[in-house]
Amino acid sequence: MTSIILLSVFGIVNLFVGFLKSKKILLPLALLFLIVVFGVNLLGWNNTQTYFNNMLTIDNYAVAFTGIMVLTTLLILPFSQSYIDAEDENLAEYYSLLLFSLVGAIMMVAYENLIMLFIGIEILSIAMYVLAGSNKRSLRSNEAALKYFLMGSFFTGVLLFGIVLIYGATGTFDITEIGAANVMADGTINTMFTMGLLLLVIGISFKIAAAPFHFWTPDVYEGTPTFFTTFMATVVKTAGVAAFYKLMNAAFEGSFTSWFPTVIAITVLTLVVGNIGAVIQPSVKRMLAYSSISHAGYLLMTLVAFNDLSENAIFFYSLSYAVASVISFGVLKLVEDAREGNHSFAAFNGLGKTNPLLAFVMTVSMLSLGGIPLTAGFFGKLFVFSAVIETGNLMWLVVLAVVLAAIGIYYYIKVVIAMYMQPTGENTKVPVSGFATLVLIICAALTVLLGLAPGLISNIL
Amino acid sequence: MITALLLFWPALAALLVLLIKGQGAKKVAFVAALVEFAIAIVATTGFDAAGGRTQYALNLPWVENAGIGFHIGMDGISLLMVLLTTFLVPLIILSAFKHDYKNPNAFYALILFMQTGLIGVFVALDAFLFYFFWEVALIPIYFIAAIWGGANRIKVTLKFFVYTVFGSLFMLAAFVYLYFQTGATEMAAHSSDVQAFYQLALSAESQSWIFWFLFIAFAIKMPVFPFHTWQPDTYTESPAQATMLLSGIMLKMGIYGVLRWLLPVVPMGVSQWDELVLILSIIGIVYGSIIAIRQHDLKRLIAYSSIAHVGLIAAGIFTLNEQGLQGGVIQMLSHGINVTGLFFIIDIIQRRTSTREITSLGGITQNAKALSIFFMILLLGSVALPLTNGFVGEFLLLLGVYNYNAWFGAVAGLTIILSSVYMLRMFQGVMFGTKSEHTEDFTDLTFNEKAVLIPLVIMVFWIGLFPNTFLSISEPAVGNLLNIINR
Repeated sequence: MTSIILLSVFGIVNLFVGFLKSKKILLPLALLFLIVVFGVNLLGWNNTQTYFNNMLTIDNYAVAFTGIMVLTTLLILPFSQSYIDAEDENLAEYYSLLLFSLVGAIMMVAYENLIMLFIGIEILSIAMYVLAGSNKRSLRSNEAALKYFLMGSFFTGVLLFGIVLIYGATGTFDITEIGAANVMADGTINTMFTMGLLLLVIGISFKIAAAPFHFWTPDVYEGTPTFFTTFMATVVKTAGVAAFYKLMNAAFEGSFTSWFPTVIAITVLTLVVGNIGAVIQPSVKRMLAYSSISHAGYLLMTLVAFNDLSENAIFFYSLSYAVASVISFGVLKLVEDAREGNHSFAAFNGLGKTNPLLAFVMTVSMLSLGGIPLTAGFFGKLFVFSAVIETGNLMWLVVLAVVLAAIGIYYYIKVVIAMYMQPTGENTKVPVSGFATLVLIICAALTVLLGLAPGLISNIL
Repeated sequence: MITALLLFWPALAALLVLLIKGQGAKKVAFVAALVEFAIAIVATTGFDAAGGRTQYALNLPWVENAGIGFHIGMDGISLLMVLLTTFLVPLIILSAFKHDYKNPNAFYALILFMQTGLIGVFVALDAFLFYFFWEVALIPIYFIAAIWGGANRIKVTLKFFVYTVFGSLFMLAAFVYLYFQTGATEMAAHSSDVQAFYQLALSAESQSWIFWFLFIAFAIKMPVFPFHTWQPDTYTESPAQATMLLSGIMLKMGIYGVLRWLLPVVPMGVSQWDELVLILSIIGIVYGSIIAIRQHDLKRLIAYSSIAHVGLIAAGIFTLNEQGLQGGVIQMLSHGINVTGLFFIIDIIQRRTSTREITSLGGITQNAKALSIFFMILLLGSVALPLTNGFVGEFLLLLGVYNYNAWFGAVAGLTIILSSVYMLRMFQGVMFGTKSEHTEDFTDLTFNEKAVLIPLVIMVFWIGLFPNTFLSISEPAVGNLLNIINR
């Protein structure tokens, strides 16, 4: 709770600091805020508290995922260097919007009540709609914002319909009470309840870009300035998946059989669309957009497994994916800035020669996203597969995921090939700020550390 | 502790080598690899083969509370593989001295880094640890082949990489499944330790599909027909050192995996499918040999001959009798030594003449006496002439296959005839006849090159004349393995 309040206050403070002549202070200040929030958040560990008449619960689950999201934001912020260099007059607003959207994200992992879930999603989304269109002079950015906003509103409506129907069937918004409510009539589940459940699943699937509700993702990710795409691909996705799992676990555990077919269909589609789609993309940015869809698919596999291993698997996978994505989108942003907005594979040609460090961390990130050992991504995949295999009867899903993961290696390695094995051509050295270098090194070190000693965090939930 | 030293020393050395700019890197790398070999020798002298126990074991928790351990140790089979690896890597590094690879520090660091992965595969006694090193060994070899390789390297190595990862992910899925089968009661903890896997009592049905999940991974690595399609291209396009690493050591990972993680874990699955595997392996022998006869490119020729040789090893191992298994183990050593030597000689010839085409070579014997002698010895080892190392292994393997099924033995025995055909035809084309424009001023071996070839040739005769030195190390371990398989 303290972190929600702090973030809101810090966001407003940030806005006022933006009135100052010098913008130099903004980034250090925002980082400081986030470090404070990260620390305060950890104080809530093993100290479950509920707030607002049981509308929010800050338990270990909420603390863990808040930790991932705050840490990720902390790691993303230094990549805003180009805005600082360009003396972008809206910089303070950007930072504030990011802090505000984090508030929504925290509510999404701490809600006890469907209304809070809805509010959390809206707080997060509205900030993202604005940030998607923040490059006002770019047609693509405007398109992204409009597309995201229209689609987002539509699916928020769907979500709201779902909440209402659930309320109609159970008479409550509280997820624990929904879980306890008797929705069986004459031995069959209440139709209104099932409809509401289905609409909820669809609404959240949109937010985490799961197929077939993913169609907005590539365009929005591509059009949005890369700095904010990073945030979308990491924080928004983590919040969405954590909220999804929490919802199913608390409210709909008893009606497992009625949502399982839908969720498994969504999972399979997401895996296939994400991985196959990524293969044919001409640009790294679009490839990463599709790859983020595929990772939503792997995360959803834990929901399909739905057992005692799922929580930790989601946590580990989200963290490893977020850290690797900060690297991949971060390097993409740096490269893109240096190549006049070109984010094709060719923009990466010869990066191994011009910027050995960038190429190396990018390789670590690609291997992690591909799930190769020595990196955190391997254990992420291992834990996800473990959760599914433990159910005992979903071997076919694992086989499918394995085949698709092998396809995944193909498109990740394409980036590595461009960096190390293609001639440099006209590509010049990419300028990198010291701050960004530090963050990239931290992320790569974290990825390798978790790849060597996953036990550090693999069992904390 | 000595196992951990063997495992981590090359990785540490790799970091050191990475920091050295210029051509000093290779010297440091060579010394580091020699030190590693010395450690392996120390381990061997203190090794007690009797009883086939696992020695120098180290068992630490790795993933806390999950029963996944950092469990390493060596029995006789592991020790021989470690010896092979530590023996070959310094020679492979030395063989690269004449090349001017760009970024030499990265090149040699990757070789040393790969050695850690290889050793890890051979000493890991935990399924996930095994898988971990299995993939760790792949990353450096991919980069070596893809950065320093030939013109067509990018496409070829991409296929290699995706193909092998595809196979290993199936192995991972099988391991996870097996992991959840451990722990007999609901409350007992799961474990991925090798002993826990050996004690599993699985139904014949689940053993049957687990067999395929594991077999695909190992078969791609070896490679067994029809999973071999990545191999000839990758061997041809890779730089010589990568080819030596791939053929000399890396393909043994697949065979070792079968010995350690397939046969004892799913014996019933093996007994359901062993006949099919033998047939595939024997097809591989004949197929590889016949294609080798038709090759004009030296590297491709040896690549296909390697498919034939590995086919025989696979066939021998899947007979599940002692001759077959022992033959497989000893032939892994022999094949590693011979094929590394042959690829090195091809590299020497290619560097001097800038061609690998048999038709544009000839008459080298007239200029290079020493090279001819070394080439001939390694070649005879490869065609399994008595007194050479190849004979011991192939004899035991064929005996094993013959005991399994006389007809299989007869067809597999073709390998001896066919391999003499392609090997001698190659020797004739390259070394005898009239000189071509490429071989006009062929110079004989330098000191460095001799330093690589002499240890290899010594080993050809050592294994050929006194095979018991090595057979006695692995025999008790193989016996143990058979006990577990036949329990």
